[in-house]
Amino acid sequence: MSAGPLIAAEGSGNGSARPLLAAESLSKWYGLRAACRDVSFELWPGEVLGVVGESGSGKTTLLQLLSGRLTPCGGRVFYHDGDDVVDVHAASEATRRGLARTQWGMVWQNPSDGLRLGASAGANIGERLMALGQRHYGNIRNTAVDWLRRVEIPEDRIDDPPAAFSGGMRQRLQIARNLVTAPRLVFMDEPTGGLDVSVQAKLLDLIRSLVARMNLAVVLVTHDLAVARLLAHRLMVMQGGRVVEQGLTDRVLDDPLHPYSQLLVSSVPRV
Amino acid sequence: MNRDPQYNFAYLDEQTKRMIRRALLKAVAVPGYQVPFASREMPLPYGWGTGGIQVTASILTDQDTLKVIDQGSDDTTNAVSIRRFFQRTAGVEVTTATDKATVIQTRHRIPEHALAEGQVLVYQVPIPEPLRFMEPRETDTRTMHALEEYGVMHVKLYEDISLHGRIATSYNYPVLVNDRHVMSPSPIPRFDNPKMHMNPALQLFGAGREQRVYAVPPYTSVKSLDFEDHPFSIDTWDEPCALCGASDTYLDEIILDDGGARMFVCSDSDHCSRRQAMAAGMDSDHRAGSPAPAAGTEAA
Repeated sequence: MSAGPLIAAEGSGNGSARPLLAAESLSKWYGLRAACRDVSFELWPGEVLGVVGESGSGKTTLLQLLSGRLTPCGGRVFYHDGDDVVDVHAASEATRRGLARTQWGMVWQNPSDGLRLGASAGANIGERLMALGQRHYGNIRNTAVDWLRRVEIPEDRIDDPPAAFSGGMRQRLQIARNLVTAPRLVFMDEPTGGLDVSVQAKLLDLIRSLVARMNLAVVLVTHDLAVARLLAHRLMVMQGGRVVEQGLTDRVLDDPLHPYSQLLVSSVPRV
Repeated sequence: MNRDPQYNFAYLDEQTKRMIRRALLKAVAVPGYQVPFASREMPLPYGWGTGGIQVTASILTDQDTLKVIDQGSDDTTNAVSIRRFFQRTAGVEVTTATDKATVIQTRHRIPEHALAEGQVLVYQVPIPEPLRFMEPRETDTRTMHALEEYGVMHVKLYEDISLHGRIATSYNYPVLVNDRHVMSPSPIPRFDNPKMHMNPALQLFGAGREQRVYAVPPYTSVKSLDFEDHPFSIDTWDEPCALCGASDTYLDEIILDDGGARMFVCSDSDHCSRRQAMAAGMDSDHRAGSPAPAAGTEAA
């Protein structure tokens, strides 16, 4: 854990004295099966935390616990909202949903989970703004155009529904829709899963530049170590619901200590 | 018409009417909030106004005078059937004159004649949930109402503007009631939306199939949702009513022949015939007693 503050000082450079998100001994049990056991960590502003592990290791469960979508069996999650500390699971649903709409973003592996497929691209980007009370059509549309440009979607597609978009465009649209309110924390669940490698590379490039420019903190769940290597400052390796190893991304990938991490790293085929 | 003694007063049994009245009291206490109620099987199909009929039945007394309109008209099939239903089961007075009625059951219109204190307007509602088309899950829409998360309503209006250049929703136009709940005004034309605002009459809404009632109490603010740069507006017509000459009413387009001839007439048949009678110098008691077919609806 001691690595956290050190990274933040290097990574974000804003000298913030407190973590943005802190998890304390999070656990989630389904009957006798543990999906997540005793997970603790701190995430600092501007930091990208990668969570890697095989399918069923509890990565997605952890993400849902952190974002308040699942209630943990034990442990707590704190979010620092300016000077306020929000206990995510003890807070009211209104607070939680308010955070999810404004300060947090959620990028799903399948863009159709995070998009309104029937509504146009412009409406998808504008939805969060309208939820925050913006009532000027022209401004909303200008913001939507601006964001389409930033995620490299042609502006003339603004009135097309995402149903008419390719997988990569949908994923970029989902990112734009989340970032339009300038959140501080984004949860990403396999953002590049299901995309072909060239589209993946472009998307990774985009995410990396947006994250850096907007000083976003990201919890990035992925099974793809290459994605983790590119985006994450710090890595947590999960197995059977436990965090078996965590540290700087390059350290974990180049010099894995835990046998499972070693297995994971050695399983990547080299081209 | 005398009441058929085989039926309880106004068809429904007393316990059912009490149950609906309790729901209505709650609805009036929380303007725009949809209150669930145990909708009964009625002797007509869902979609023909079972919700409105149950609300009317539960508030009707033998002192009441009932008016029933469908699309603004007093003599369409639905209006005639529902009026006859209450004549037979409740023996109440019926009228077509808006100002003489104490209870008005309506589908698709608010009468042109201004309503007064003491009158009750009962709407038939097919789909009470304004968020339904954006969010099909009932559990989610209830949470959204509870937390006042109404951003998605503007997504719908945004789509209208981006597709048509203006807000093209012309009926069932969503409103914000008492600055708190977004409400479906039932499929009335948006022309009628401003009439709901600060109306002195009590407005009750009944959805039979969906088992919901809601209400707008007298003198409650009702705002139509819009954008700052695309404000809410009502429809206008290029020509006045062909029968009474009114230029401030909601007009129906009537096709006259296969050659494309058409005319625009008031959809509110009572208002139109009253204006015609006044223009003809007649006094207005031609409407007393049984509803005579009005000139406006003969054309319709």
